[in-house]
Amino acid sequence: MAEKRRIELMVCTGTGCFAGGAFQIIDELNKELNLFGLKDEVTVVATGCNGFCGQGPLMVVIPDNIFYGWLEKKDIHHLVEEHFLKGRPVKKLMFKPPEEKEPLPLLSDIPFFKKQLLVVLRNKGIIDPEKIEDYIARDGYLAIEKVLGSMSPKDVREEILKSGLRGRGGAGFLTGKKWEIANQQTKTPKYFIANCDEGDPGAYMDRSVLESDPHSVIEGMCIAGYAVGSNEGFIYVRTEYPLAIKRMRIAIAQAEEYGLLGKNILGSDYDFTIEIREGSGAFVCGEETSLINSIEGDIPEPRLRPPFPAQAGLWGCPTVINNVETLANVPMIITRGAEWFSSVGTDTSKGTKIFSLVGKINNTGLIEVPMGITLKEVVYEIGGGIPKGKKFKAVQTGGPSGGCIPSSMLDSPIDYESLQKAGSMMGSGGMIVMDEDTCVVDVSKFFIQFTNEESCGKCTSCRDGSEALLEVLTRISDGEGREGDIEFLTELGECIKDASMCGLGQTLPNPVLSTLRYFKDEYEAHIKEKRCPALVCRNLIQYYIDPNKCVGCLLCIKSCPTEAITGESKFIHIINQENCHKCGQCLEVCPPKISAIIKVTGSDMENLIQLSEIISCKEWKKNHEYS
Amino acid sequence: MPKLTIDELQKMRATARKGIYLREGNFRGKVIVHMGTCGIAAGAREIMNSFLVEMDERKLTDIMFTTTGCAGLCSEEPIATIEMEGSPPVKYRKLTSEKVKKIFDEHIIAGNVVKEFVLGIGSERVG
Repeated sequence: MAEKRRIELMVCTGTGCFAGGAFQIIDELNKELNLFGLKDEVTVVATGCNGFCGQGPLMVVIPDNIFYGWLEKKDIHHLVEEHFLKGRPVKKLMFKPPEEKEPLPLLSDIPFFKKQLLVVLRNKGIIDPEKIEDYIARDGYLAIEKVLGSMSPKDVREEILKSGLRGRGGAGFLTGKKWEIANQQTKTPKYFIANCDEGDPGAYMDRSVLESDPHSVIEGMCIAGYAVGSNEGFIYVRTEYPLAIKRMRIAIAQAEEYGLLGKNILGSDYDFTIEIREGSGAFVCGEETSLINSIEGDIPEPRLRPPFPAQAGLWGCPTVINNVETLANVPMIITRGAEWFSSVGTDTSKGTKIFSLVGKINNTGLIEVPMGITLKEVVYEIGGGIPKGKKFKAVQTGGPSGGCIPSSMLDSPIDYESLQKAGSMMGSGGMIVMDEDTCVVDVSKFFIQFTNEESCGKCTSCRDGSEALLEVLTRISDGEGREGDIEFLTELGECIKDASMCGLGQTLPNPVLSTLRYFKDEYEAHIKEKRCPALVCRNLIQYYIDPNKCVGCLLCIKSCPTEAITGESKFIHIINQENCHKCGQCLEVCPPKISAIIKVTGSDMENLIQLSEIISCKEWKKNHEYS
Repeated sequence: MPKLTIDELQKMRATARKGIYLREGNFRGKVIVHMGTCGIAAGAREIMNSFLVEMDERKLTDIMFTTTGCAGLCSEEPIATIEMEGSPPVKYRKLTSEKVKKIFDEHIIAGNVVKEFVLGIGSERVG
């Protein structure tokens, strides 16, 4: 049988698209391709995360390079007939930027993809992550070939050090230096751990690397093990990542079968094995020493440093822990050279970084950009700006350990130092965009709630400090803020930073401290004027029906779960504030062309409510007189 | 599968590359088979099949195959347009499997247009 493949459909099966029904789309595609007799000519490939998660389920048609998003089962019949049989790409399934009339057919024309630079995610959407052949075809295992064929462990360490690669897990320690320290240890065995305990809310960079290109992590670990003299590796991944774990298991089995893991790799005398260890999803396990405790079977609590894990880690032996993204960079540095790698990025931050761009942003997804790119480029060019024409307020980088960066700093470049200067951090790469409708007190409360729950409880400062922060923040957002709260938050925040043992405690006050730095006026409005400028904090807002706009359509009355709205057909409706639970349902159902329902806060509340009652009474009387 | 040596891995990579050539996008030319209703009725599916079989037999990885709608001259179907890098597109008329074989050898591989089958060279003006 002749091989007649002429089109490949790269369907994203990352976790996002998987949840959106990617596998049903694949089944439907196969069914329709069969129906049209195209199954020899058109092949469906299940790839890892494509990155443009906001458009999922999605696919890219190869070789035309046409991008289709928001696929539904019902579209597939038409798509197969029109595009794959008759060669007429289907416009309505293509990506259309919100303000444009015409769609952009080609993936390469879509701004979301255009500004990206792929190093770690070089194979995303191009390979089937469950096929080692696909990885090998894309120069996979070329680096280990080079390392075992012509480089000494010292050469490898020097190359990585020269490249300037820094840890992608958050702190940004020089990878080459970490390897050097571990290499100097005389105690054996030495262990190597890939950290995939990604816990930041809204962040999924590491998961995507494992899902879309697991072999790149295996190869990176294999090289790293050789460089530091370790023969045993662990991948620590949270059990909530079933797809990543499944693909990693398949990849390890394939690598073992081909002799790319195990004894005498590629006929050399170097041995390396990898074992997967599943964590139960405690946030603190992302911290190196807690992670080590977890692998050993102990309660995940941080250990005092020194000794550092590179000196005495897992079972007291020298242990290197690298983030998976860091490791996925390693094969590329070896194949293309340290000079190439360090030509990308800024003076102190080399290479690229993956971010998960989420929140109030048009193009939600996973992006890889060169270090030094500005926040503005990421938010407006790649991210496509803020939905519904709202104003940008801040971007939170680095997850619960990071801080909020305001619009005045949008021009600052993204690198380790600049973010730190802005009161935030690189972190693992979460990027949560907030618009004008986001209340900073509410956001801080959310993050502190998270870290408070995730604190392991070992240090008083972190355990009870976060509790105290949360208490004050809750009070402020409930409208019971007091004079002196801001000073208390600042002082306590600094204390927690100083007194906590691990990264969790040392960084947990960041969301509070950074918002206090840039949005102090909002805190003051909450405390002094009992006003929430973003109209979010429930105790400080009221819903109000504008009597000049209400047409008396009954929609809000019907939708109100607490029967707090009174009125009759064609009579102005009034919200009874005592019964209102502020669910916002009435605001949702009020037709956009009427928009009679508004949210008010602070002194507006009293004034408007009184006014509303006066007008409504008059109106009621007037209407009754006529009828 | 026995454990690989460096040589074997390199051999495997060369084979594997051929498996994903479509995704790399290094094409020297493009064959477009016109698949309007008229084309399909006149046997365009069979023509596409012949092209793909010829391609497979020659083990090439630098030609891409695609389809398009009716070219407007339904009486001349099946029609295919060949676009080789650096030269204007050539439309061939009333194709058969034998003609496809000849076009493949002479035009796609050797670079000489098979004049006797040609419908036209270049494309219509877009006003």
